[in-house]
Amino acid sequence: MDTALEITGLGKAYKGATVLHDLALSIPPGEIFGLLGPNGAGKSTTINMIAGVTRIDHGRIRVFGYDNQTDFRITRRLIGVMHQEIVTDNFFTIEQALKIHPGYYGVRADRQWRETLIERLGLGSHLHKPMNQLSGGLKRRFMVAKALSHRPRLLILDEPTAGVDVELRRALWDFVRDINAEGTTVLLTTHYLEEAEQMCSRVGILHQGRLIALDRTQNLLSGLGRGRILLRLATPLKTIPEALASYAPLLSDADATLQLQLPAAELTNQLLKTISSLQLPLVGMETDQPSLEEVFLQLTGLSGSNGKKKP
Amino acid sequence: MACRWLPFFTLLRKEVLRFWRVGIQTLLTPILTASLYLFVFGATLGERLSVIEGFSYAQFVIPGLILMGVINNSFANTSSSLFISRYLGNIVDLLVTPITPRQFILAYTLAAMLRGLAVGVAVGLISQGFASLPWAHPWLAIAMAMLASFLFAQFGLIAAIYSNSFDALSMYNNFVILPLIYLGGIFYPISILPPFWERLSRGNPLFYLLDGFRHAILGTGDTPLVVAFGTAATLALVLFVWSAWLIASGYKLKN
Repeated sequence: MDTALEITGLGKAYKGATVLHDLALSIPPGEIFGLLGPNGAGKSTTINMIAGVTRIDHGRIRVFGYDNQTDFRITRRLIGVMHQEIVTDNFFTIEQALKIHPGYYGVRADRQWRETLIERLGLGSHLHKPMNQLSGGLKRRFMVAKALSHRPRLLILDEPTAGVDVELRRALWDFVRDINAEGTTVLLTTHYLEEAEQMCSRVGILHQGRLIALDRTQNLLSGLGRGRILLRLATPLKTIPEALASYAPLLSDADATLQLQLPAAELTNQLLKTISSLQLPLVGMETDQPSLEEVFLQLTGLSGSNGKKKP
Repeated sequence: MACRWLPFFTLLRKEVLRFWRVGIQTLLTPILTASLYLFVFGATLGERLSVIEGFSYAQFVIPGLILMGVINNSFANTSSSLFISRYLGNIVDLLVTPITPRQFILAYTLAAMLRGLAVGVAVGLISQGFASLPWAHPWLAIAMAMLASFLFAQFGLIAAIYSNSFDALSMYNNFVILPLIYLGGIFYPISILPPFWERLSRGNPLFYLLDGFRHAILGTGDTPLVVAFGTAATLALVLFVWSAWLIASGYKLKN
């Protein structure tokens, strides 16, 4: 079976500055793939080139086996894209726009599908409102509905949940999971890395226009992330034993909790033996998986969400 | 099952709905403006003046007022619709669809022609109350109105793509179209001008559209019909090729 999306040697430069370097990526049908990266990493440029809004400098994009330049009439029908920027046509209401939109793709409006979109995305009570009276979150939900209105086989969501409240965000992801279960391939970008961790079976991380990681989400977490062990102590620890120095020890809770980081390749047994030999006053022990955010920050060399480079 | 021409018909429908939804601004206002012109030049001066032999001033000026409605509204439709789409960013909704450049231009152009010709027909009907026209070559008159409408729909697309602000867009209307219309012989035959100004007026492409349209209706004009049609058709072709190149290349539409 053809891959849903195959990108080879994709490159783009603006005014001499390269923003995407030879991107290669393949997404099989039925996958939910997360394309992550800090602002300006090249995510939206990649999505815009797949959708046909941005010209390709070099490289090739194939959607279900069709070239998106030579067979654009086919590929664009196969793709539904929700852009990061909120764009609406203020001349029309939600209902009118959703009736019109499938026609642009050569697909006749399907009333049942339209009603499903309206219900699942919580648009029912806003159908007759002009676009300029909608909140930012509603406009985003409408844009998701618009992207799905012609039943695409590849759904591209660029920051779909920015500005959407928690309850509706959950409803949106439930819906995305459902349409994915019915066979729609999903490519998404999000700044909420916990969402990518929960939603995506594979993740690619773009940084400064280069794909610096591409793997199953779980592999990235276990291969690159450092697991943590929290030791709860009966009495505060005055000094950290020398034998634990290589595990990046960190004391907290008035020195009554000792956090140790464990390189993934190392055997947990070895650390447990060391802890046991030290005869620490243990009252409890917890393990903690690294989050995708930590993996992301480790790979991109950024500190925190403010996007600053580590010194 | 996807239909090859459904994207075109959808865009055409959307463009017609767009101007229909704001009909007071897009249809009623230009008809009212033209009616005021008709009242001034028809009811007050129409029977008192004559600038060409055998016709009242009202009969002379009405074809020009009809064509002015056609031209202004065809231009306004494509230019405002495409520019607002660019300005608000919702042009991406079209760029990601399978609509071809040919379908894109055709849909925008046909919607603009519908609006322009609707205004022209309305002005023509209202003008019956002020003077009766001989309609010497009715089919040629219709053809010229359609040609003028097509031509200015293309010009509207071009202006919408090159403009980077509402100010810039209004300059096309205020500093190009209006002077060309008013100096193109809408209110006077250029044959009554001094030789220098007459020669200069013959360099105005709008003169050929106005004179050709009036010639087809009254049966007489400043220039032969074949010259008027030839010039208008050539200009329409040039602007069509220009707008087609802009749309197909994605100039200022795609990154």
